[in-house]
Amino acid sequence: MFKILMKRELTPVTKFFVVEAPMVARKAQPGQFVIVRVTGNGERIPLTIADSEAGAGTVTIVIQEVGKTSRLIGALKEGESILDLVGPLGRPCPLTDRGPVVLVGGGFGVAPIYPIAKALRAKGVKVVSIIGARTHDLLILEPEMASVSDELLVATDDGSKGHHGFVTDILKQLIEAGRDIEHVIAIGPMVMMRAVAKTTEPFKVKTLVSVDPIMVDGTGMCGACRLTVGGEVKFACVDGPIFDAQLVNWEEAVRRGKMYAGEQKLAIEKMEKEQLSGKCACGCGGGH
Amino acid sequence: MPGDESKTAKKLPVKRPRAGMPAQDPKQRAHNFNEVALGYQEEVAVGEAERCLQCKNPTCREGCPVEVKISEFVGQVRDRDFRGAYESLKDTNSLPAICGRVCPQETQCEVKCVLGKKGEPVAIGRLERYVADWAMSQGLAKPKRATPNGKKIAIVGSGPAGLTCAGDLAKAGYQVTIFEALHAPGGVLIYGIPEFRLPKAIVAEEIRGLEDLGVEVRCDVVVGRTITVDELFDDGFDALFLGTGAGLPMFMGIPGETLNGVYSANEFLTRTNLMKAYLFPDWDTPIKIGKKVAVIGSGNVAMDSVRCSLRLGADQAMIVYRRSEAEMPARKEELEHAKEEGVVFHTLCSPVGILGNDEGWVTGLECVRMELGEPDASGRRRPIPIKGSEFTLECDTVVMALGTTPNPLVSQTTEGLEVDKHGCLVTRDESGLTTRDLVWAGGDAVTGAATVILAMGAGKKAATAIDSALRGK
Repeated sequence: MFKILMKRELTPVTKFFVVEAPMVARKAQPGQFVIVRVTGNGERIPLTIADSEAGAGTVTIVIQEVGKTSRLIGALKEGESILDLVGPLGRPCPLTDRGPVVLVGGGFGVAPIYPIAKALRAKGVKVVSIIGARTHDLLILEPEMASVSDELLVATDDGSKGHHGFVTDILKQLIEAGRDIEHVIAIGPMVMMRAVAKTTEPFKVKTLVSVDPIMVDGTGMCGACRLTVGGEVKFACVDGPIFDAQLVNWEEAVRRGKMYAGEQKLAIEKMEKEQLSGKCACGCGGGH
Repeated sequence: MPGDESKTAKKLPVKRPRAGMPAQDPKQRAHNFNEVALGYQEEVAVGEAERCLQCKNPTCREGCPVEVKISEFVGQVRDRDFRGAYESLKDTNSLPAICGRVCPQETQCEVKCVLGKKGEPVAIGRLERYVADWAMSQGLAKPKRATPNGKKIAIVGSGPAGLTCAGDLAKAGYQVTIFEALHAPGGVLIYGIPEFRLPKAIVAEEIRGLEDLGVEVRCDVVVGRTITVDELFDDGFDALFLGTGAGLPMFMGIPGETLNGVYSANEFLTRTNLMKAYLFPDWDTPIKIGKKVAVIGSGNVAMDSVRCSLRLGADQAMIVYRRSEAEMPARKEELEHAKEEGVVFHTLCSPVGILGNDEGWVTGLECVRMELGEPDASGRRRPIPIKGSEFTLECDTVVMALGTTPNPLVSQTTEGLEVDKHGCLVTRDESGLTTRDLVWAGGDAVTGAATVILAMGAGKKAATAIDSALRGK
């Protein structure tokens, strides 16, 4: 059991948890992830580590409530525990010694960008961060990102904060302005990462992304997370999750990500029905 | 007590046919996950035990990798001394309820039974299961813990090799901690072998037995990621046993393998068994099961996958195999069970590609017919494609059951731990000592995918070696 020491609501659907997990914290590096399970009959889902403190023995995770499991996690309170949390899994993000590095975070993808920014800054590498969301209410971790970036640029789809448009618009402007860019690291929804890949491709700017496919074990055992990178089949859990954005077969990755969309909907409908009838959704028999 | 009588009067073996194993009706069981083999009743077990010749120099025991005192426990069953029989079993085998169900006895102990020379051997496996189940139903008292010797052993992986090694070392007084990567212990016994062959409650019960001996099980720890081998030594462990199995799935490298609806057998079985996808949406993990499921391969894992797919609701479950039935590596019993349940076999048929629709879902398997040529390195006749024989097998789910290789997470993060070209850990001797001092290994991590009982035998040998190595210190 992994105790939740602190919880923050970043947006109505985005929750930030500091969890006690000393063994994971001792090893966690930027770019790695954990697999989490919250109920006895629950599924295993991967979550990118958003921060870690080896000394305090804590790991930070940020979840966006989309499916049943992420909603169940979102409903957990400080003092409660996460049933299973295993990691750190995957390969760490390669950290260059020379910048500037442009970091692009979209939606709740800003959370896993944060530890990368922090680590690069700690190495003395110049960090330019571009973060974005649909609207300013959904923009997360802006002050935190400001504290670990030499320059922080903001975009919202509706123009309610910063640039009116997409993070890729700002990225393109930076490249076209001839700014010195060692490479780009982008984390966010699959469509956003794909758009970043398209943006940098003509300029031949090296771009890394952190893919977030469906996983079960997270240790190379099942192959649910396989994707084609540069014509070769890779397992995101052990070969990734960070890959060269230009080499990822995005169409396939997006398609595989939707494999259980119907089941996800069914699970949520069942959960909502049970909540209405006063039963808990996690199967514990309680009424929470 | 009937047992008292047996000590004085020698009983003569009774000639009768080997008692069959009662099983769920194939039509019924193909649609549920309940155990197929129902187990002997007391009278049947005693009757079967009465067939045993009680040889002076029993050969059956030689066939058992964990050296179960077979004639002793069978004699005790004959005398209805079930408690005694259980103690005899447990003396060398920590997991009798599991072995009684999944061991290939026909190639181990039973093949050595003298009765088998002219007729049918004693049903040793079924008797073992009877005794183990009897003991569980009685809720036998906790075993006495050994006096601690102050030494700590870390076991990596909680599959059959690790559990056996842990049990033997705990009995010898070691403080044993098992590290398991998944959220529940048992390894292949819980993620791979389906409920209908090995109920998970049985595995949990056997593991509880080990915990009663003082073994600590720590789940959610991936050695090689969460902690390394060197860090385990830093934490005060005196020796290590690596029972990390062969967990990496193999694919064929044919076009279409990343289509939606293509699974590795590992994923298919893990979703089904460990994550209980057959109970979705009461359990959260889903599985996609089409009307027609094609399982590629013909080992026990392929049989497990194809039989699971029937139970998950497939109208047609097929085995696609490039050689003929004679070369199939699966246990005969598994093959027969699969046939009884209505599995369709496409033999001498090799997939060359997977076809999909515009949305990226599987629609068929492109195959080529094969013929058998000369025997290859494995001694089996080599399959050769017949030119122009390509055809399409319609299906909407494909499961690749082509075998597995060891997971490199531990070897990649441990200096001096050598692996061979197949990724299997290199051992220096029979006991499984690796190329690192005080690190032993056994089971599929060393041999590549094999059987539960061979893994258990390896765990046992390593436990003996660890004990003698640490005693000398």
